[in-house]
Amino acid sequence: MTVTPGWYMALAAVLFVIGAAGVLLRRNALVMFMSVELMLNAVNLTFVAAGRQLNLLDGQVSVLFVMVVAAAEVVVGLAIIVTVFRRRATASVDELAELKG
Amino acid sequence: MVAVLISLALLLPLAGFVGLLAFGKRVPEPWPGVVATATVAVAFVLALIAAVDVFSGTAVPETVTWFDWLPALGVQASFLWDPLSVLMTLVVTGVGALIHAYSIGYMHGDERYGRFFAYLNLFIFSMLMLVLGSNFAVMFVGWELVGLSSYLLISFWFEKPTAAAAGKKAFVVNRVGDVGFLVALMLIFNAFGTFGFHAVFENAPATLGTGMATAITLMLMLGAAGKSAQLPLHVWLPDAMEGPTPVSALIHAATMVTAGVYMVARTGALFQLAPISAGVVATVGAVTALFAATIALAQFDIKRVLAYSTISQLGYMFMAVGAAAHVAGIFHLMTHAFFKALLFLGAGSVIHGVAGEQDMRKMGGLGRAMPWTLGTMTVAWLAISGIPPFAGFWSKDEILASVFGRGGPWVILWAVGLLTALLTAFYMTRMMWMTFGGTPRWDDGVHPHESPWTMVGPLTALGGLALVGGLVNTPWKPALEHFLHPAFEGVGLAELPGGATPWVLAFVSVAAGIVGIAAATRRYRGTMHVEDSGAWKLLNRGYYVDDAYAAAFAGGGGAAATWAAESFDGGGIDGAVNGIARLTGKVSGWLRPLQTGLVRSYAVAVMIGTVGLLAWFLTRGGF
Repeated sequence: MTVTPGWYMALAAVLFVIGAAGVLLRRNALVMFMSVELMLNAVNLTFVAAGRQLNLLDGQVSVLFVMVVAAAEVVVGLAIIVTVFRRRATASVDELAELKG
Repeated sequence: MVAVLISLALLLPLAGFVGLLAFGKRVPEPWPGVVATATVAVAFVLALIAAVDVFSGTAVPETVTWFDWLPALGVQASFLWDPLSVLMTLVVTGVGALIHAYSIGYMHGDERYGRFFAYLNLFIFSMLMLVLGSNFAVMFVGWELVGLSSYLLISFWFEKPTAAAAGKKAFVVNRVGDVGFLVALMLIFNAFGTFGFHAVFENAPATLGTGMATAITLMLMLGAAGKSAQLPLHVWLPDAMEGPTPVSALIHAATMVTAGVYMVARTGALFQLAPISAGVVATVGAVTALFAATIALAQFDIKRVLAYSTISQLGYMFMAVGAAAHVAGIFHLMTHAFFKALLFLGAGSVIHGVAGEQDMRKMGGLGRAMPWTLGTMTVAWLAISGIPPFAGFWSKDEILASVFGRGGPWVILWAVGLLTALLTAFYMTRMMWMTFGGTPRWDDGVHPHESPWTMVGPLTALGGLALVGGLVNTPWKPALEHFLHPAFEGVGLAELPGGATPWVLAFVSVAAGIVGIAAATRRYRGTMHVEDSGAWKLLNRGYYVDDAYAAAFAGGGGAAATWAAESFDGGGIDGAVNGIARLTGKVSGWLRPLQTGLVRSYAVAVMIGTVGLLAWFLTRGGF
């Protein structure tokens, strides 16, 4: 059994759905964050797989960009979560609803 | 020579105004008054010197040009020195100088002493511009400036709300007339392409049709009625008595209010082309004369009696100029300036003597305390009542005779004038008795006293003029008529009736005056009558014209303003603005629940949106 790009795509889809479900269903901000990372990396996987299949470097370049941006995002996001946790003693996003209409 | 003299005569009062406005506060009393009086007196002397050649009849009308004022319209700042403007200039500066001198004493102790004289000087300058202007544009500037100085001086004691309101009223009512004048100016420029008196009057018969001439002159008449307080624009003059008494004498009796008469006489060449307008002028004058005289019968405020008397006498002048008896009208303007200024200054002296009281019910018996005032006012009283040989008799009689001489329907106007003469004698006699005769009725603590010599002096001078001023134009020696005739060249002046008629008319008018005096003496000598019948009240309130105007214009305007403020602005403008805000608020209210504050629900929305977009791209986007 050869591992065709289709498998990579399927794996990426599964990972993306798991990540999306985590973002939508979990209340803990930290876990949601990890889920977001999962979704990003699922997308990375599709890029790399497609790049290899098409014999193009573009996919890997895109992945590098995504990783850099994700790193930056993690820095900012974690800082926010830590600050919120210090002030509110909770990381539950459902309780952070001050801007409710 | 003439150019220098009359330029100086114009500029001196202007310089006085500017100087007093700048330094009047720092100069101690009485020097502002002395300076102001000096500028006007010198202007009078200069005018007199410039007039010598005109008097001797050797001079031709001279035009003095200062500069091109509105080159685009060909309008120059230029002044005309002809017999009519000579006479007006001499009356304005002569009477003006006397009243300035009187004010030195009258305004003693006023906190804005310097300012008062600055305004008086401004008035003299404006009035000179009005009467000297050689075209309609310059005349109009003077016309507006006298309105301004009148406003400033009526509301001179602006701390008093009534004085401030009276100034405003005078200004607003005058504007109504000014609109007429302005429209006339536009029509004139449209028809002639110039504002110059000479060019307009010269070309008028060839250029103007009767319709256009009537339109122009009716508009001029409206302006004249506003300035000269004729029906229906007379309402401002009685209220103008809120100003200091010298102002009433100078502006609201002797000079400014006669500007309308001067203007109609000046534009006689136009009125000649519009018999209807001339008839309107004469009729308005006659009706106003009678109307105001009846109101004067029932006033208690000494100055209001004189104010209504002024309106009535101005009516006489209008009757004269309407009947094309321009010389008679200007003659009456002159004699009226003498005796009415005297009456006002005398009234001011009385008011001064009884500590500011103006109500004649609180006077009486003042003759013993104020012999000079009584003596000079007696002259003025006889003059206005038309008793020979005092000044008023000659001019009033000439007006009545000229109007009678026109024949036809004019005889009705003559009868109205005669009745007015009787009423005039009656109310003036009533005023004299209530003020000087009978028993003292003044308040406790009031000690009537004669006024200082600065006030009595001008009274005496004016008394002399009121005594002999009429002799310049007697039937035997009509000097004024000869003098003014060149100014009315080309205007068909009304002729006096021939034969014995003038004598009969003179006899009748003197008889009317004597009857009026006798009737009033019978009624008001000794005890004071205070009537309160309905008719009397009607007269006392001036036929409720003020109330009617207040209801119609102030009431109507107020209702319109209220509607605009409450319904239009409140409901319309504010309604639209508030409505948009309310609508936005309401829609926002509906949309608020969308913002749950739950991050995960937003994530769901993002998800659904993304899926939706993807679906759209996949199905319709043509991947």
